[in-house]
Amino acid sequence: MNPPTRLVEVRQRVLKQNDIVARALRERFRAAGVYAISLVSSPGAGKTALLERTLSLFRAEFQVAALVGDLATDNDAQRLARSQVPVRQIITGTVCHLEAGMVESGLEGWDLANLDFLFIENVGNLVCPASYDLGEALRVVLFSVTEGEDKPLKYPTIFNTADLALITKIDLAGAVEFDAPAAHRSIAAVRPGMMVFEVSAKSGAGMDEWLQFLKTRRREFQQFAPAT
Amino acid sequence: MHELSIALNVLDVAAEEAERQGGRVIAIHLRMGPLSGVVKEALLSAYELAREISPLADADLVIEDVPLVAHCASCDTPCTLESPQELRCPVCGTGTSRVISGRELEVVALEIES
Repeated sequence: MNPPTRLVEVRQRVLKQNDIVARALRERFRAAGVYAISLVSSPGAGKTALLERTLSLFRAEFQVAALVGDLATDNDAQRLARSQVPVRQIITGTVCHLEAGMVESGLEGWDLANLDFLFIENVGNLVCPASYDLGEALRVVLFSVTEGEDKPLKYPTIFNTADLALITKIDLAGAVEFDAPAAHRSIAAVRPGMMVFEVSAKSGAGMDEWLQFLKTRRREFQQFAPAT
Repeated sequence: MHELSIALNVLDVAAEEAERQGGRVIAIHLRMGPLSGVVKEALLSAYELAREISPLADADLVIEDVPLVAHCASCDTPCTLESPQELRCPVCGTGTSRVISGRELEVVALEIES
């Protein structure tokens, strides 16, 4: 006869450690009045190029900084350093996503109160980052016109956890016969009502709309932040 | 592929509770939704690797699938959705982003031999 067993109720989120750190980060960002934006996409969708352009255009008006997650190299951070804003690399090694603790360590020594915007570029991956809250105020998912219009249907979870979608490399749309209405339909299927911008970091198309959106969101965010 | 780190997290959460409870854990019950970002089959095989280096090597992982439920604004009622690829009320066809359940990834119970 088997020994008696008892069932003990637990009810704990598996990622509670990450969530605790993420919540603390979110409170720090709010207290410091810094609007944190994370970028997720598959490898090669153009996160770094978008960020490079965004940092350059924001630099004159705002204090901006970026944390960049990468599996092995600091090439992206070097590229972004050309924007002449503080950039720090988080090398994740074998880990395929950023976790809140990595962001926390990445921020060491930075005075958040001096920042207006903090960008967090996740590791290129549309699967794993979905599960990890980084304390960001806005999660942006990017996919490029070269990836196919059905990308959102293949990775519904990441689109579901994101707040905004950017269709990147829109300057190549003609060359790859990108079907924009189909792409928008895919996004609407997995995340009805999601806001979408079409941008090109190369030609600058759509960049004004994207930057304007960030400024507006930051203003709204600050209305709820404590006065400093 | 982050299921190995998820499996290790599952074991950590369970080990913490097991320490409080005492006894041998023979099963960990997990609830998981289709929007948790975790693939069930991958988690189960990662778990087999992870348990070997854990104090809970005897514990089986039992996964309960949580249905995807959203609130339909038109019908003003919760609706169960077939797939995260189509967040649309099956009754009236209205798109809905208000997910009520389906994002869960939680350890709900431990079966302990006493």
